[in-house]
Amino acid sequence: MDKRTTLAEVVAELRDGMTIGIGGWGSRRKPMALIREILRSPLRDLTIVSYGGPDVGLLCAAGKVRKVVYGFVSLDSIPLEPHFRAARQRGALETMEIDEGMFQWGLQAAAYRLPFLPTRAGLGTDVMRINPELRTVRSPYDDEEELVAMPALTLDVALVHMNRADASGNGQYLGPDPYFDDLFCMAAQRRFMTCEKLVRTEDFLKEGSLHTLLINRLMVDGVIETPNGAHFTECPPDYGRDEAFQREYAEAARDAASWEKFARRYLALDSERAYQEAVRAR
Amino acid sequence: MSEFTRAEVCAVAIADTFAGDGEVFVSPIGLLPQIGARLAKATSAPDLLMTDGVAPLVANVLPVSGDERPELVVEGWLPYRKVFELLWWGRRHVMMGATQIDRFGNQNIACIGDHAKPRAMLLGMRGAPGNTISHATSYWVPNHSTKTFVAQVDVVSGMGYDRAAALGPRAARFHDVRRVVSNLGVFDFGTPERRMRVVSLHPGVSRDEVVASTGFELVLPEKPPTTRAPSAEELRWLREVIDPGGLRESEVRA
Repeated sequence: MDKRTTLAEVVAELRDGMTIGIGGWGSRRKPMALIREILRSPLRDLTIVSYGGPDVGLLCAAGKVRKVVYGFVSLDSIPLEPHFRAARQRGALETMEIDEGMFQWGLQAAAYRLPFLPTRAGLGTDVMRINPELRTVRSPYDDEEELVAMPALTLDVALVHMNRADASGNGQYLGPDPYFDDLFCMAAQRRFMTCEKLVRTEDFLKEGSLHTLLINRLMVDGVIETPNGAHFTECPPDYGRDEAFQREYAEAARDAASWEKFARRYLALDSERAYQEAVRAR
Repeated sequence: MSEFTRAEVCAVAIADTFAGDGEVFVSPIGLLPQIGARLAKATSAPDLLMTDGVAPLVANVLPVSGDERPELVVEGWLPYRKVFELLWWGRRHVMMGATQIDRFGNQNIACIGDHAKPRAMLLGMRGAPGNTISHATSYWVPNHSTKTFVAQVDVVSGMGYDRAAALGPRAARFHDVRRVVSNLGVFDFGTPERRMRVVSLHPGVSRDEVVASTGFELVLPEKPPTTRAPSAEELRWLREVIDPGGLRESEVRA
């Protein structure tokens, strides 16, 4: 089945208030072309589930977000995500702030179609205070240990970015870490994957071993080729992080005028192609 | 070489935190912990398992600065999903930072002020809750003051000993906050009530200075020991191999 689609068609499927999971980690291999397409849409009140980086910061700065589910939001080389910080410090966001491992466990529960998975992580900390909806569960065995019942993080939509993909929705990462992109897809109702380069299925193993084929086509509903589509996050081995651009993005959090200027130059454009041209023209 | 800096004392104190660990995975978070853990691997704890900061597990001791780019000797692969597996398995010792830490070792890296509308949003919980209930945890605080060593943390990200006691011996059986290393000294929780105790003060740090810089009452001997000086071998590793660019000096105020 040919699952090739476009950024605009994917975003046209999204609705206000949806829960959207975003793959990658921090400022690494994020599906930024899809994020930018959401910025061009009137979507709002989204719940974002992410090992957060500039995906979360951009969506917060643009007023698209009602709630964020996260363990952290960071730009890696700039530890604190300034746009996310600003939104948090305005008290503008609902949050589910949890441990990074709990987050994985929530995706895993959703992927396994379980209501929750037990863990020790969170006990004895303010994770339990700031998330009063979290419950504990007692082991039914002799140990009777009390554990956190991490609820399934069920997603309406998952967005991920791979180095390579084929038209039927198989995806390949060529960098050092798969992150949790397969889990995001398995936790979601609708799954969309961008890639640096669409390849013929028979060409996958020319670039990476069998073990790099993280995403199979059962996990994906739509595929889009978006060269440099993770910009300005890193997407090795295709490219590293654009640190100069990331600094410019971070500095735009200084005040409203700086943000206006940044948004006018890079975001208020009518297409991903125009964005990439604006980036090249710097 | 008899001259050494405060940063070098801190690096050695951090290395000593890992010295008895044997074959475990260490996650040193931040510059001085990176330097200290690599120093430990080079000297007192050769069996430590560590990454280069990303997913490859690297067998050789790599520099954090300078022009040398030695080839990685990759001995394994530990992407984030395997880090989480490993940490719940327990064979790990993490050294995290702490924006605030209290007398029982409760740590805050999440935010300052009310969580719903923080005065300063920090990193978030990150892995602190899971780390502290699963395996050995130590802390590095480069700016020891009454703002970092506080009577009460605003948000508990990493669990301290009072909360571990409240959970009970079964639930908290893997809780193990080992040491805190700051720019002023080395601390542990080896007292009956598990309050923070001075293990040693760095050369040149007085009793009065550490008391004035701490927002709670430390368990403090009349004559606290002095943190040991780096050996000539350790200084060679630090200055010639691990941090020839001297990044360590930018993180530690003397």
